[in-house]
Amino acid sequence: MSKVRVLVGTRKGAFVLTSDGKRKDWQVSGPHFAGWEMYHVKGSPVDPNRIYASQSSGWFGQVIQRSNDGGQTWEPVGNKFAYEGVPGTHQWYDGTAHPWEFKRVWHLEPSLTDPDTVYAGVEDAAIFRTTDGGQNWSELAGLREHGSGPRWQPGAGGMCLHTIILDPSDPQRMFIAISAAGAFRTDDGGKTWKPINQGLRSQYIPDPNAEVGHCVHHVTMHPSRPGTLFMQKHWDVMRSDNAGDLWHEVSGNLPTDFGFVIDVHAHEPETIYVVPIKSDSEHFPLDGKLQVFRSRTGGNEWEPLTKGLPQSDCYVNVLRDAMAVDSLDQCGVYFGTTGGQVYASPDAGDTWAPIVRDLPAVLSVEVQTLP
Amino acid sequence: MTQQRQIRVELPQHLRNLAEVKGEVALTVEGAVTQRSVLDALEARYPMLCGTIRDHDTQQRRPFLRFFACEEDLSHESPDAPLPEAVATAAEPLLIIGAIAGGSMADG
Repeated sequence: MSKVRVLVGTRKGAFVLTSDGKRKDWQVSGPHFAGWEMYHVKGSPVDPNRIYASQSSGWFGQVIQRSNDGGQTWEPVGNKFAYEGVPGTHQWYDGTAHPWEFKRVWHLEPSLTDPDTVYAGVEDAAIFRTTDGGQNWSELAGLREHGSGPRWQPGAGGMCLHTIILDPSDPQRMFIAISAAGAFRTDDGGKTWKPINQGLRSQYIPDPNAEVGHCVHHVTMHPSRPGTLFMQKHWDVMRSDNAGDLWHEVSGNLPTDFGFVIDVHAHEPETIYVVPIKSDSEHFPLDGKLQVFRSRTGGNEWEPLTKGLPQSDCYVNVLRDAMAVDSLDQCGVYFGTTGGQVYASPDAGDTWAPIVRDLPAVLSVEVQTLP
Repeated sequence: MTQQRQIRVELPQHLRNLAEVKGEVALTVEGAVTQRSVLDALEARYPMLCGTIRDHDTQQRRPFLRFFACEEDLSHESPDAPLPEAVATAAEPLLIIGAIAGGSMADG
């Protein structure tokens, strides 16, 4: 019988949650790396026992951990993330030039074909790659040197490269997103990049339609339709059907279109999920009601999903990497909150139940579907 | 012939966990006992600590860490200055301490 393994990164450690295909009874393992910020934990799609974890601390910096046995044991691997050449400057919060400085790894994206190859999205924004299982990391400097770098600026959480999407139909194509620069695409394996922000409109930057400067919170893609992308921007839920060349808004009837997460159903490429958040200054659900919104039409028409979720006095946030889906026949959907709850829905969002209620603030959630 | 000296280092809890050691670390240092030679020996024996105490490239101490010994804060001493004789003779450990302040408040 199939199993699922949920990999949870929190502000104070990592947790591994496992269940059988019913997804009703759960075993909780952790905290792993107790006391450290675990920004992201993700397994290799070709070897699910190979898992990578980003472990960081304001005191001790960045560590990368690797597991070869599904998260039972771990070993630290390489943690040197050196920008290529002279990294130059980006905009600081006050608009002045600020030197590029490595702070942490926000996102780890294992290759679709090789368990030793992993991409890392870091703050200050850049993308790195290892081809030896994490021992050595090299920057794909064409992104940072694209030319618009001096105009990138940090969002409230820092100038982070938080989203990496690998195109399963074209190994040369990748998408990334940076807060607050926008989305970029490479069609040559990371050598050169182009901004893909046409159609985005952000009133918090001097030119709302600028080529870069947009605070993209997260982007997702269904593997069967690699040309279709869905984006949760700071405000606005967006969609592109030409690999990011042009975006259009699909916020539709959402009660607020601010938010962080967005994800796609494992088997229905037009079914997408968001968690609306009240505003950029009030990072909690509207009216204290935690609601996932689902669209079965690829956007615009949204329905609230509330069964099993708190509908009063709930003031948590759901951060950008904290939602994931499994690929069991009936798609499971998972998300974690800054209040330490991890919710699971075994029926594509119709009903929800907490797996755990009292973890540290959840930074990321990933799911592995195991045979 | 370069003199070898046994010295003691006490790591903060999180680095003891990372290096999988309990209690103090005993190290052999060649030549002068300085912050640099002690950290060189520490990182050679526990390579997973590289980058967690000082920067990989600049070798500068990470800002929220401190070096104490013999009830003195040595953090701002030159990395090539001799450590107190009591550290060099292993009568006292070099303490690597996480500052009270630190961490981060990143959101989103």
